[in-house]
Amino acid sequence: MASAVCLREAVALAGRFPLLAGVTLDVDEGEIVHVRGPNGAGKTSLLRLCCGLLALRSGSGNVLGHDLAGDRQSLRREVGLLGHATFLYDELSVEENLRFALRASGADPRRSTEAMERLGLGGRLRHLAVGRLSAGQRRRVALAVLAGRRPRLWLLDEPHAGLDQETRDLLDELIVEARAAGATVLLCSHEHARAEAVCDRVVRLAGGRVIPESARVA
Amino acid sequence: MTTVLAPAPVRSGTRSGRWRVVAVRVVGAAALAGVVLTVWLGLWVTPQAVGFGNLVRLLYIHPPMAWVAFLAYGVASLASLLYLWPRTRHRRYDRLAGASAEVGVVFTGLTLVSGSIWGRPTWGTYWVWDPLLTSTAILFVLYLGYLALRRVPGDPEVVARRAAVAALVAFVDVPIVYFSVSWWRSLHQPPTIDFTGRHLYVHGSMAWTLLLGFVSFTLCYVWLMAHRYRLAALRDAEADAGLSAAIEERRAEAG
Amino acid sequence: MLHDAALVCGKDLRIELRSRVALNQVVPFAVAVLVLFGLALGPDRAVLAPAAAGLFWVAVLLSAVLAVQRSFAVESADDARDGLRLSGLDPAGIFLGKAAAVGAELLVLEGVLTIGVALLYGARLQGGLVLAGACLAATAGLAGVGILYGAMSTGLRVKETLLPLLLVPLVTPVLLGATKAWDEALAGTPSRAGGWLLLLAVFAVLYLAIGTVAFGPLLEDA
Repeated sequence: MASAVCLREAVALAGRFPLLAGVTLDVDEGEIVHVRGPNGAGKTSLLRLCCGLLALRSGSGNVLGHDLAGDRQSLRREVGLLGHATFLYDELSVEENLRFALRASGADPRRSTEAMERLGLGGRLRHLAVGRLSAGQRRRVALAVLAGRRPRLWLLDEPHAGLDQETRDLLDELIVEARAAGATVLLCSHEHARAEAVCDRVVRLAGGRVIPESARVA
Repeated sequence: MTTVLAPAPVRSGTRSGRWRVVAVRVVGAAALAGVVLTVWLGLWVTPQAVGFGNLVRLLYIHPPMAWVAFLAYGVASLASLLYLWPRTRHRRYDRLAGASAEVGVVFTGLTLVSGSIWGRPTWGTYWVWDPLLTSTAILFVLYLGYLALRRVPGDPEVVARRAAVAALVAFVDVPIVYFSVSWWRSLHQPPTIDFTGRHLYVHGSMAWTLLLGFVSFTLCYVWLMAHRYRLAALRDAEADAGLSAAIEERRAEAG
Repeated sequence: MLHDAALVCGKDLRIELRSRVALNQVVPFAVAVLVLFGLALGPDRAVLAPAAAGLFWVAVLLSAVLAVQRSFAVESADDARDGLRLSGLDPAGIFLGKAAAVGAELLVLEGVLTIGVALLYGARLQGGLVLAGACLAATAGLAGVGILYGAMSTGLRVKETLLPLLLVPLVTPVLLGATKAWDEALAGTPSRAGGWLLLLAVFAVLYLAIGTVAFGPLLEDA
């Protein structure tokens, strides 16, 4: 199996504070990995590192064949992040946002239609300005962007937060579909049961490092 | 590919470190002696100039200060370029740029003040929109903006990078400012700082004093830079040394 | 790169058309500045009319700062970098696209202010070609430096005060060149504005080039 994410003693800083204090992680392509850990463990930082937003201070990292110490712009086109911020433009409609996001990442803008249908954003909502949507609906739009882009690596940071039951189920389906299409998924969620139902394995993060299996207590 | 966490080396106990301390002391002493000598010569020994009277005595400090102001700004720009260039990227250049800008802003301020003092008896006002003076004033504000940018709280690498770009953009801008202002002035009246027009001949003891002035102030710059840079290096070293401890602390959070 | 630039420019302009912030806030601000100058310098048109060009361009300069801030606020209220980087767009393209959008907004603003200056200060509009040429070249330069420095101050807590401080001294050549070019045109001697227009053009090309190269690195953390 080809490697999707390969990190060795990765250290990443925010100023002088170590967000990640030596992360060693291997994820193969097509795996769905659930990253769990207490607040402040570095889960968000790990995802940001994997999409090239966070710079590597020391150690080595390779994501989808791109060296994290090199040019990260090309990596970002192949990775999709669903984080706390939605990166949507309030003044534009759902459809316009989708089309822009797809075009920007080099995907076919016509996929916006099927993405909207899939996420239940067709019909009345598609021409509504994103600023007028509820927070949960906005997250659905962000999810639609991800679904439309079909990146090789999905990075989901607490994706279930703020979503209603129906959308959470939809998200789980999308994750499984993504894996079936050959993508890799890294998922951080406090909804342990739900996440573990859909993932292949669990990785525990604490104090900015991955806790190896043997070191864990219960 | 592995990058290494390397703290900034601070060698003061070694032989090369001690030589450095001695060298800086020598430079400092020479700078002090030079400035004192310049002032003494300038105020008492050199003669008055035809047409300028005692005002010419400012000549021994104003151009040297202006020279240092521009030298500092050139050094800051070059250091910024080196910092941004991938092959020579190293924090020492960022420190150099910051130190040079701090010393430079002081000398730029002094240049403006001494220029104004010259201006009052010469032109009747403290300020004229002369191209050189105006460009220096713009440079002063650009320096202040640069230093403000460096002071912004945030990731040091991010701030350093942005400051370096700002320094380079300013470097490109100042000649354009000078050129446009001098053209603007030339349309209205002849240039006001015109040494040849008033036949100010600098010769004999005046020339030597002027040269001494340039040398002394340059030595001042070097001395100030050495200290300011060292301070920055020590600060960085302390922060880096704390990094390993910070990493251990972070790992300990795992409990 | 150009494809991305067109995409970003279109997106920014579409947002402006929907929200009309530049039209409803920045343009009135600029007009208010013109009125303020009029009040400050006195009602005598003999004083205001010769100063019209300079006052016009100072108003444009101040508005440009606002327009740039708005351009980045659209991306995110705090830090525009994450969204722009993750979008997958070419940074040089983002720069040119944003600069083009801000430039277009400023050109519309300048159109309104031209009428304002004619009405409020009694400036006699002539030499239209030079007036327009100066507007185009100066705006290109302002937009270029503006977007570059917008990237430099995004994500910083002090960005609202830092951007004007960094930007204003830098664009003095634009102010000077555009004012002189307009002065010549308004005085009926547009042919003498050639050198100033050249200065503006050089500035614009230079800073658009610098921006294209430096925008990407500025968005990155390290």
